[in-house]
Amino acid sequence: MTPHALTGGFADTPLQAARGFRAILTALSRPGTIVALTGATPPAPLSPAAGVAALVLLDATTPLHLAGAHDSPALRDWIAFHTGAPLVGAEAAMFAIGTWDALHPLDRFAIGTPDYPDRAATLIVETDRLEPSGARLTGPGIKGAAHLSLPETAPFRTNHARFPLGFDTFLTCGDRLAGLPRSTCVEAA
Amino acid sequence: MKDYNFAYLDEATKRMIRRAILKAVAVPGYQVPFASREMPMPYGWGTGGVQVTAACLTPEDRLKVIDQGADDTTNAVSIRKFFQRTAGIDVTERTHEATIIQTRHRIPEAPLTEGQILVYQVPIPEPLRFLEPRETETRRMHALEEYGLMHVKLYEDIARNGEIATAYAYPVKVQGRYVMDPSPIPKFDNPKLSDCAALQLFGAGREQRIYALPPHTQVVSLDFDDHPFVAAKAPHACDLCGDAASYLDEVITDDAGGRMFVCSDTDHCATRRASGHAGRLGGSEGAAA
Repeated sequence: MTPHALTGGFADTPLQAARGFRAILTALSRPGTIVALTGATPPAPLSPAAGVAALVLLDATTPLHLAGAHDSPALRDWIAFHTGAPLVGAEAAMFAIGTWDALHPLDRFAIGTPDYPDRAATLIVETDRLEPSGARLTGPGIKGAAHLSLPETAPFRTNHARFPLGFDTFLTCGDRLAGLPRSTCVEAA
Repeated sequence: MKDYNFAYLDEATKRMIRRAILKAVAVPGYQVPFASREMPMPYGWGTGGVQVTAACLTPEDRLKVIDQGADDTTNAVSIRKFFQRTAGIDVTERTHEATIIQTRHRIPEAPLTEGQILVYQVPIPEPLRFLEPRETETRRMHALEEYGLMHVKLYEDIARNGEIATAYAYPVKVQGRYVMDPSPIPKFDNPKLSDCAALQLFGAGREQRIYALPPHTQVVSLDFDDHPFVAAKAPHACDLCGDAASYLDEVITDDAGGRMFVCSDTDHCATRRASGHAGRLGGSEGAAA
């Protein structure tokens, strides 16, 4: 383990986790809303926003999949020290972190069962660009319609079509985060 | 304050509840199981709501707690004090000043706004429970979207009473998918569930379930074409503030049949009286106050 793995976490966990969660809750309950998440400085390539989400949501009971370049020794150590989340393959993951391309194929991730739709994966997608423009979003949490820059629209349409099953997505870029639950209907701009 | 972690619960518990809340938001109306904790109050006193509130609170929040609309009843006062002591947060009795409102069995009269969270205390989260006692069966009925039994129940109401007699915990359908128990709010409040600007979270402590309505979710009260849903209330005006449109409590005032009707939402009533409105019995009191 590198010394860097020991730094970059919350300085005051209860308060920072509480504020972090409220921002994440706002993002997921109001799709299209972009929130700021700060307080974590994880090793590259993990963004600060994804780092906060990891610190707020992950622990020893949440199997995590690190995809592509995110599956680095430095990040593994950081996740292990700060959250204790077991690292697993995509099929067993409750959470997955990576770029959009690295997370493919998406059909590996859990989408829940008809009896327990909550047993579905949450994807944290690292993006280069996150703006309230582009794909048109409608559904719960949205008054009228919202817009959000998505890497693709077709996979999210497929995901929404099997509601109440499906994965849920957070998009991160630097210290910003947006939520896209499976309940959101996505249309190309 | 220093004797407890922020908002009483330990961080691992809050993470678990927070993950459940996020899944509940992603599947509106679906009851997410969670590992409900023992709280320093008995089941039935809002342990589910308290855990959801604890998981959502930040130091910047201003909390309002109501019990049947009132800020000054035992349950509301004790939960408000609990979070003042364990989270050090500000509290209020004004609906529009609150960022989180924990409620037992009412939705405030004042329209809720973007950015507010309404946390319901829920005794029995499963709307089908009294029709089918087996959890395995009700879970399958939700999975198959098999809600005929609920319509039979409402029909039997009509057959026996000539109208749908269900007056509280009136079942609703969320975004055309899940049938949900809105907790024992009077059906007068059901229309406020739909297209609400605030996020609505429901916590059932003893039954270990959390469910949610994101803002602006479409919520429809179940009914029939020839027996449409009616948001009923007592056909009176408030005797203190004179409001004819608010939900009323009937208060027995003596043993000779005397009674008065007052707003169940104490903040709504006090706000109206402070701005000069007066009802049948509220004139002199209002002037004195």
